[in-house]
Amino acid sequence: MTSSREDLASTEQDEPGWIGEALREHAEHERHEVDAGHRRQLPLADREQQVLDRIDRARRRRPRVREERITMSHGAGGKATQTLIEAIFLDAFRNPLLEPLEDAAQLLIGGSRIALTTDSYVVKPLFFPGGNIGDLAVNGTVNDLSVSGATPLYLSAGFILEEGFGVADLARITETMRDAAVAAGVHIVTGDTKVVEKGKADGCYINTAGVGLISRDVSLGVAHAQPGDAIIVSGPIGDHGITIMLARGELDLEADIVSDTAPLNGLVTGLLDAVPEVRALRDATRGGVATILNEIAKAADVGVLVTEDDIPVRPEVRGASELLGIDPMYVACEGRLVAVVPGAEADRAVAALRAHPLGEQAAVIGHVRAEQPGIVQLKTAFGGTRIVDLLVGDPLPRIC
Amino acid sequence: MAMRFVDEFRDADKAHALAAKIAALCEPGRQYKLMEVCGGHTHTIYKHGLEDYLPESITLVHGPGCPVCVIPMGRVDDAMHLAAQPDVIMTSFGDMMRVPGSQGSFFDAKAQGTDIRMVYSPLDSLKIARQNPDKRVVFMAIGFETTAPSTAMTMLRASAEGLANFSVFCNHVTIIPAIKAILDSPDLRLDGFIGPGHVSTVIGCRPYEFIASQYAKPVVVAGFEPLDILQSIYMLMVQLSQGRSEVENQYSRVVPWNGNVVALKAIGETMELRPYFEWRGLGFISHSALKVREKYAAMDAELLFQVPGVRVADPKACQCGEVLKGVLKPWECKVFGTACTPETPIGTCMVSPEGACAAYYNYGRMNRTRVPEASRS
Amino acid sequence: MCLGIPGEVIELHPEQPDLAKVDVSGVRRLINIGLLDDDPPVPGDWVLIHVGFALSKIDEREAAAAMEFLEGIGQAYEDEIAALRDSLIE
Repeated sequence: MTSSREDLASTEQDEPGWIGEALREHAEHERHEVDAGHRRQLPLADREQQVLDRIDRARRRRPRVREERITMSHGAGGKATQTLIEAIFLDAFRNPLLEPLEDAAQLLIGGSRIALTTDSYVVKPLFFPGGNIGDLAVNGTVNDLSVSGATPLYLSAGFILEEGFGVADLARITETMRDAAVAAGVHIVTGDTKVVEKGKADGCYINTAGVGLISRDVSLGVAHAQPGDAIIVSGPIGDHGITIMLARGELDLEADIVSDTAPLNGLVTGLLDAVPEVRALRDATRGGVATILNEIAKAADVGVLVTEDDIPVRPEVRGASELLGIDPMYVACEGRLVAVVPGAEADRAVAALRAHPLGEQAAVIGHVRAEQPGIVQLKTAFGGTRIVDLLVGDPLPRIC
Repeated sequence: MAMRFVDEFRDADKAHALAAKIAALCEPGRQYKLMEVCGGHTHTIYKHGLEDYLPESITLVHGPGCPVCVIPMGRVDDAMHLAAQPDVIMTSFGDMMRVPGSQGSFFDAKAQGTDIRMVYSPLDSLKIARQNPDKRVVFMAIGFETTAPSTAMTMLRASAEGLANFSVFCNHVTIIPAIKAILDSPDLRLDGFIGPGHVSTVIGCRPYEFIASQYAKPVVVAGFEPLDILQSIYMLMVQLSQGRSEVENQYSRVVPWNGNVVALKAIGETMELRPYFEWRGLGFISHSALKVREKYAAMDAELLFQVPGVRVADPKACQCGEVLKGVLKPWECKVFGTACTPETPIGTCMVSPEGACAAYYNYGRMNRTRVPEASRS
Repeated sequence: MCLGIPGEVIELHPEQPDLAKVDVSGVRRLINIGLLDDDPPVPGDWVLIHVGFALSKIDEREAAAAMEFLEGIGQAYEDEIAALRDSLIE
């Protein structure tokens, strides 16, 4: 083992730029961890296992943003986004309320538990089959509140409009937002408007913030996941992301797919009423279901095993994904949730979801386990197993 | 709804049967090393967890059939230089976007304002050229013989339309010289080849005959579904157990034995072999890459623009070369998974979707449990 | 890069003979069939699609033959297992 460390040390000295820095950093960490006795006692396994462990340690280290400039990857919802959030935002704003990094912050104000969330919408195109930026914005925020166990109540809506944007289009968007708010039972109570020069804001950007009341005695969070828990998805995945890709018209693909944007508060209420023991709920948006599975594995330091055959995907979503070489597990949804429930409650949870129109195709897709903590594995339709890591790069820019 | 010609070749039940048959063909005490040349095969193997079905005595060695992986850093720098030219729109497949040159990747350049657009097809690039007559559109052409015909057809189309603002930066490479370099390499002792699938739809199966006749190694041209690969391994093991070395075509539903003459003609019309070309990891190989023919010089980006053409050495820490030759497994590279990750790739094997390191890191980095049939041998 | 997907030709382009619309699991795309000029596909044929071009026609008989072989192996395997099971019944 020492020989490979020495080899690494010798290459560090000659390597310029970020590579040399990275090598020195990793070598330093390895030395530190070994010297401090932090290396886990492993049985003398084969060399491959030792490498896997070294990688595991590297992955657990404090994230740093290596790039000097923001790239589209930072907005994809995958690894780069997470690193940016942890290394820049969490680092600067750090406090116990922010640290859980759940879909909404849970606050205690004057004796009441309040959930607070915010989201920005930069989707392109603005209008697409199944919806537009407006209902995406309302539903997205309603959903972030719902999966925190809160009853969504009030939203804010800030608009950044491009000079030259059609007023009729703006009216269409706001009407849609009104209808979406009514459907979700929330009120838009405050807002803001800014206009920027032609060439910025791509027509219209929307930011929403939302507050809700947590009246249930629930404490939802992915860190609560435990071995034996079942992981459930509320319906077919990837509809929204694929719809957007096709709607952009750059790929010359046509299909009858529409965005799944929808308010999930009714669905969540039904689930929590039937199964108050739900451990975690997450809204599967940017980065897809795979991102949530990785968040569970990381936050709770558990392993996750899902079965490909059990994951509902519409044939058209699958076809488009195969054509483009992308994996539906990483494609955004806007009306689906992922639930972690104790194993014994899985059937009741699925039944509760299926009782609601938005949860018709709810299914158990896998389980939490103790083995291989921090790692998400997939049992493929073929019967073999593989890893499902966080998304790197950005195959679908500006989905929401 | 099942996807036809896909799902039936992902059937787990048949996989178990094949696993048992493969294990039964392994001679006790003998180790087998089979190389899958194609990056696409490497990807399938890891994506579907195919190694779970193989006995320990069979090792799959990953070959250099990843056209992005073999592009040397100097050529990436040349491409970045092209993209940076005034009024140029650089168009590229997604696979190339994050490949690092010595000054960063297309992705980094895009973040700094360079007009680089991802396309799915060279025809999309042509469309962009039509839509932007005041810009010069360059298509970054990469790929083996699988993709060269599409570039060729696009060039023919551009020529027929009289499009004056479209050009190609040609980095197409050919598979046979790479395979020959592997065969001649003293570091490797392979027992057989899982032959390239889609390259073979264009070049046919005959070009592999020298592997069987001169080097006495069996070759089975394989499809890309997991059952295709498993069946191909079975066919290789049958040949090995019978002491035969022949070229067989498992992917006969797609690959015609004689290849695609129309495609070969299109390549021949628009491109010709370079005298030599540098491959990452394999060094300079003669007659292994294509360039635009003089007749189409007006579409040759290398002539239209001054590319620096500087040879850039790989970072010292990078062991892509050995991984590409199959000498090192991805995890045996000193920087694998620590300094070199998909997020922070040092070399091409980690950044290309078909690179062995990317496939292993993204899919294969785990304790493997073999199916019972594969453990029996 | 090797990515090739089977798709069914559903219609030929009325004006441009080198273009055809294919269907992949309900997703439809216009692709170039110029590389199959020797033996152009007709609606109902299946082709292999790579970067917007059809590279090859899928030979349904060969596909069926491949399936038969695999099914045969599967059946033989099941028979073997059954035989093994039966032979263990003492």
